[in-house]
Amino acid sequence: MTAAGPDLTLRHPVERFTLDNGLRVVLAPDRSVPVVAVSVFYDVGMRSEPPGRTGFAHLFEHMMFQGSANVPKMEHARLVQAAGGTFNGSTHQDYTNYFQALPAEALERAVFLEADRMAAPAITEENLRNQIDVVKEEIRVNVLNRPYGAFPWLQLPEIAFESFANTHDGYGSFVDLESSTVDDATDFFSRYYAPSNAVLCIGGDLDVAETEVLVRRWFDQVPARPAPPAPAVGEPSPTTVRRGVVEDRLAPAPAVAIGWRVPDPVGDLDTYLGTVLLAELLSEGDASRLERRLLHADRLAVAQSTYLGLFGDPFDVRDATLLVSQVHHPADVPVDRVLTAVHEEVDRVATDGVPADELARVTARTEAQLLQQADSVLGRTLGFASAELIHGRAELAGELAARLAAVTPDQVQAAARGLSPDTAAVLELRATGGAAR
Amino acid sequence: MSAPVLDLSLVPPLGEPRPAVAPEVHQTTLPNGLRLVVVPRPGVPLVELRLRVPFAASAPRAAATHAARTALLASAVLLGTARHDQLEIAQLLQTHGGELSVSADADRLLFSTTMLPDGLGSVLGVLTELLTAPTYPAGPVDAERARVGERILIARSQPGVIARSALAARRFGAHPYAQQLPAAELVAAVTPAALRKLHRERVLPAGSTLVLVGDVDPAAAVDVVGTALAGWVAEGKAVAAAPVPTLAPGPLELVHRAGAVQSNVRLGGPAPGRTDPQLPALRLASMVFGGYFSSRLVENIRERRGYTYSPRSSVEHLMAGSSFTVEADVATGVTGPALLETVYELGRMALTPVTEAELDSARRYLLGTLALGTATHAGLASTLSALFGAGLSADWLADHQQALAAVTVEEVTEVSRRWLSPAGLTAVVVGDAEEVADQLRVLGPIEVTAPTVEPAPEPLA
Repeated sequence: MTAAGPDLTLRHPVERFTLDNGLRVVLAPDRSVPVVAVSVFYDVGMRSEPPGRTGFAHLFEHMMFQGSANVPKMEHARLVQAAGGTFNGSTHQDYTNYFQALPAEALERAVFLEADRMAAPAITEENLRNQIDVVKEEIRVNVLNRPYGAFPWLQLPEIAFESFANTHDGYGSFVDLESSTVDDATDFFSRYYAPSNAVLCIGGDLDVAETEVLVRRWFDQVPARPAPPAPAVGEPSPTTVRRGVVEDRLAPAPAVAIGWRVPDPVGDLDTYLGTVLLAELLSEGDASRLERRLLHADRLAVAQSTYLGLFGDPFDVRDATLLVSQVHHPADVPVDRVLTAVHEEVDRVATDGVPADELARVTARTEAQLLQQADSVLGRTLGFASAELIHGRAELAGELAARLAAVTPDQVQAAARGLSPDTAAVLELRATGGAAR
Repeated sequence: MSAPVLDLSLVPPLGEPRPAVAPEVHQTTLPNGLRLVVVPRPGVPLVELRLRVPFAASAPRAAATHAARTALLASAVLLGTARHDQLEIAQLLQTHGGELSVSADADRLLFSTTMLPDGLGSVLGVLTELLTAPTYPAGPVDAERARVGERILIARSQPGVIARSALAARRFGAHPYAQQLPAAELVAAVTPAALRKLHRERVLPAGSTLVLVGDVDPAAAVDVVGTALAGWVAEGKAVAAAPVPTLAPGPLELVHRAGAVQSNVRLGGPAPGRTDPQLPALRLASMVFGGYFSSRLVENIRERRGYTYSPRSSVEHLMAGSSFTVEADVATGVTGPALLETVYELGRMALTPVTEAELDSARRYLLGTLALGTATHAGLASTLSALFGAGLSADWLADHQQALAAVTVEEVTEVSRRWLSPAGLTAVVVGDAEEVADQLRVLGPIEVTAPTVEPAPEPLA
């Protein structure tokens, strides 16, 4: 058994400074492999979108790859890939990120590319129309043409939350996407892509002093703009049960998702950590409570998973957020039997508590997963960056294993008491196509 | 804003590449025939384990049944041993941060896990029990069989799976590689006795490879593994798949999927294997064509025309045959144009030379991602498991890097002509036939088929 101790804290030092234009910079050197990761996280996500512009944060993410002041279309990809590196970006509820992993000798090139598009992306009519088409195909491949597409992350929030920020479709409606204009994109850029609204995090095989020089060389030129006010995404906790149904004509069998509001991941992190281990205890692997009950003992389900945050990362999301249990079950199992079993298992933890040895096993597994994530330079760098943006402390990413190892059975029991059947949001997916059976 | 022009004088030049560090690989063969590969790696305190057991179908006529039994065996092996039930096994592994996953493909069964370093002995103990004394208990096997059947139904509803299955069926005909997913009714017929027999006959140490990467001392690991796995002494010989046949491509197959809002375009053909001297040039040709974002296919059908989100090509290796494949999920209304552009770009690869800049970019990308992919414990363990499983050694990595560095433009044209030529590729489209058949007919003959919800079992010859 592994004991909690200094070994659980990643031994990667973190250095930080802020440029005059407000850009926050985090450097996480690790010279063991000749690889660097460069990431920029902007504090704008799906929850920042105004009514009428659903899907815009993600569409704009695509626009950031369409060239910039000194980099023609396609050249961003070519300059990274021809250096032997990889790149991507992704849009989340509370942030949009861009990142590269490259051989160490390409560090300055990546810094140049990120600075150039932070200063002036190429927002043209032609690029915008092209990327609206590409995004529509992305939505078709991930949602419309696929059974269980986007279940439940696009549909459950509509039932679980009240505000537009939390309930709207973050992939966007085709109507909103198609009516987006160059002016919308220019305004969005000017409002949200200010250097003071971003974190630049570089990890891997780098020298701190030299890297600071490189960062200043390229990013000092980006003009300062005020950061927008933080979006208000918190909501009062629900007081009732809410249920909804989606029909999926492509799916061969039904599914159900249950979402419970959880403590504020940022403002109340200690309580939230109990919820993180509760999700693992309920759902991770054959030894978990829901796997045993739903699949093995009662044979109610084909597959189950329970996770925090709609995108599955518990530490990169702000309040308000959910713990979600997602269960795929055979058509001849009534959904209410599934729900009853899930609620009973949660209630068992709430009433009887958690044996210390079971919690120790769950913690060991969680610890191994965090270490595995941190094994790649890119994974570690993204972890530091999101911790800096969301929690204001990059160091937190390196401390999570130790923080989780210190969670007590009482904290996990308390977390389970928060998951009441009376305040859950339940979304049923009904297979209505009648195909394939 | 005016269109930007790339001012190369502004782009920071690349520094000198740092040489990749060759992994320190210790290999040995245990008395029972198991090959052990240990790579000590500092860094995070974790060990990655991969045990690869050869598991190909012994003959084409047995392939459908073998695939069904293998699919169930992969999950049912964890249901219990003579000493521990399923829950105890899961708990033992979890204590050390592990969770064993067992997966199967047409060539092998693969046991994978990660663990905290102090758990090596215990995890190997559990693994040995699973290998030597699995019970396949009747009740739990019944439940697992039902779940596997449901999961197959769900998988078969995914358009990507329908397309992959159709392409494999066309390309491999009666060869076992045509089996992408087992038939649900054959899975339903698998008994615990059949699983025990399959396990006894095929889960053998001789021919299998155990890879450990991470926070381990090589000498100590040999002792621990030798002691833990000494009891795994089953006799027998690994079965490898027969060579794949070369089938004529035939007309494009259009698999009708009523109401589909997108078409899944797939092309595939043979490719040189891991030891073929043409492989490095072909991998580079595939990159330039559609293997990464900076490729011709992405620029054409995504960035210029907006037909698709993620078009791609790749080279894949199975033991008995390698493949070059092209995939694009495109809007229904432009299915014909998207296929036209794809075929155009393939033809251009075969008939005209790529530029030096395209070749250099692809080369640096492949070398860079090879280094990134083997920089983690998990990435290196999976790569070595595949290489050793294919009868190669870790030297392949360095040799392949050198070979990539030497490929010329002429060699890329030559391999493209042989392996990327559209005339030699099998083509499948899954989509709404009423919307796309007329578009596709413009380009050549097509054959419209119904989706294969459940393929009929292979008739006994």
